[in-house]
Amino acid sequence: MKKLNLTKTSRRSFLTYGFVIAAYIILQAVSAGGAMSPLLKGMLVPICAYVVMAISLNLTVGILGELSLGHAGFMSVGAFMGVTAAISLQNAIPSPALRLAAALVVGALFAGIMGFLIGIPVLRLNGDYLAIVTLAFGEIIKAIFNNFYLGLDSHGFHMSLLQDNTHLEPDGRLIIAGPMGIGRIQKIASYTAGVILILICLIIIFNLVNSRAGRAIMAIRDNRIAAESVGIPITKYKMMAFVTSAAMAGAAGALFALNYSTVVANKFDFNTSILVLVFVVLGGLGNMLGSIIAAAALTILPEALRQFADYRMLVYAIVLILVMLVRNNPTIKSFFERFRFGKKGGAEE
Amino acid sequence: MSFLNSLISGISLGSIYAIIALGYTMVYGIAKMLNFAHGDVIMVGAYICFFATSRFGLPPLLGVLLAVIVCTVLGMTIEKLAYAPLRSAPSLAVLITAIGVSYFLQNAALLLWTPNPKVFPNFFARTVLTPEGAVFEKTGVELFGGALRISYVTLVTILVNVVIMIALTAFTGNTKMGKAMRACSEDKDAARLMGISVNTTISVTFAIGSGLAAIAGVLFMSAYPNLVPTTGSMPGIKAFTAAVFGGIGSIPGAFLGGLLLGVIEIFAKTYISTQLSDAIVFAVLIIVLLVKPTGLLGRQIREKV
Repeated sequence: MKKLNLTKTSRRSFLTYGFVIAAYIILQAVSAGGAMSPLLKGMLVPICAYVVMAISLNLTVGILGELSLGHAGFMSVGAFMGVTAAISLQNAIPSPALRLAAALVVGALFAGIMGFLIGIPVLRLNGDYLAIVTLAFGEIIKAIFNNFYLGLDSHGFHMSLLQDNTHLEPDGRLIIAGPMGIGRIQKIASYTAGVILILICLIIIFNLVNSRAGRAIMAIRDNRIAAESVGIPITKYKMMAFVTSAAMAGAAGALFALNYSTVVANKFDFNTSILVLVFVVLGGLGNMLGSIIAAAALTILPEALRQFADYRMLVYAIVLILVMLVRNNPTIKSFFERFRFGKKGGAEE
Repeated sequence: MSFLNSLISGISLGSIYAIIALGYTMVYGIAKMLNFAHGDVIMVGAYICFFATSRFGLPPLLGVLLAVIVCTVLGMTIEKLAYAPLRSAPSLAVLITAIGVSYFLQNAALLLWTPNPKVFPNFFARTVLTPEGAVFEKTGVELFGGALRISYVTLVTILVNVVIMIALTAFTGNTKMGKAMRACSEDKDAARLMGISVNTTISVTFAIGSGLAAIAGVLFMSAYPNLVPTTGSMPGIKAFTAAVFGGIGSIPGAFLGGLLLGVIEIFAKTYISTQLSDAIVFAVLIIVLLVKPTGLLGRQIREKV
């Protein structure tokens, strides 16, 4: 994997696309041959959702260089709004695929708007203070969705906070029921849609990174003061990356939620944000292919460790610590460095 | 009177946050890392004290002492095994390792002590005989004819917090090790040149932070006696917030931030909404950071080109 860093950016992006498409074709073939375990089959959509989460967070952490601890909040917004859209449009759009697409767009849109609103205060801060504020927003979003009631009847949407004061008509349906979340969801998410979403997100990210805006964003990451002094509008470009990242997380949330029959706000808590951050750091900052592999591998790992039964999460923790120690060990690092041909690559730190 | 009641329970909760926040803020000030496993050290301390007193029948004071010792050793071990090898690594790598340690502690606790909640004993309850001859547990004092109720836990918590603050201020201000800590947080390389052992200093910082976490764990459990392996994570996040609130790296800041956070949380619960109290606490944090981006007592960092 390290060798990939040597190649040009465009070659690396094509390799990433190629990897995703190849993985899709192989898994489809395995699935068609009937050789896939039902366990893995059930995990394909969540893996796609986590991959999108990881590459979108990598845009914030790896490319923009700001630590975000509340990425699950955007996933939550996308999940709730996307599912609400899917339920509301049940009669208007009969085709599940189109309804899924509409749900993803709505989820991304709302998460993007939320990203913009949160970005206004957040992006004024730096470093760990920025991180804690994103954590705070993630928790606030969770608390609000836990107490949010949204119903739909012939008069349109009714919403209320804390208590169910929606007073729906008899034909109405309470969509978001506070701490109970959304129930009776039609599972319209599919693996194919997930892969398409991953590819769309990759196209957006690679095009952004290789554009004028992307170079400005990376200039801000590398040295904010220098970037400012050559006339780069800091807030504008930070906001661009942050909102893009939030919108992708929203789409991922909608995809994730539409794979289950119920969704509750507590699913998207601090631990989920941290989980996605682990994917990003293990995969390598700024390295999209790394994020994809890490997200897929670490989502499967706890399931693959089922034979260890009770010990699996303990093993997971130990593996995580050991990987971090080994990756950052100077002796091992220089050992692998010898296998790199010619110039040094690397988007890490 | 309800206002005074809320204020006192807020200060009590805030005192616990402050003690935990000290651990975060000292480690951050010196090792420049966010020790996400700190909340789980609280949980370990609470479990040790629980088993020492309930299963092995040790007196409460010995139980607390044992918890402090175990947590101190645990903190130093974690630092040596997981964090020390990463001293020159990027800060995100250390952060992820800390998260790994946090997972490890939670899942080890899950295996060792099962997910069944344990009811933490109330050390501060006294059995009292009423004049009518009935026996009941007296858990606090009542003032103004019962209008104001202060539990012993609350009193002890506030007292312990004040003692810890005074002791810690004296320690960092006057002792050799305390001065070494301040020097390390100022400039690690310069401190090393002056003959200060940075590794030892960081070790001692972790030891103190983890020992305090054990005390905080016992106090927290005495007030909210439901002990499960994930007990530590929420107070951990809140205390981390408190540390940032007061200005991370500053000891008086942790004290102030913890107290304010506790009071805001209890007031939000009493007067606004129980379910939204966490959201309100975090909203206040965001507002404070917007007005004062380095926390209440944080030092302004000048940016150099």
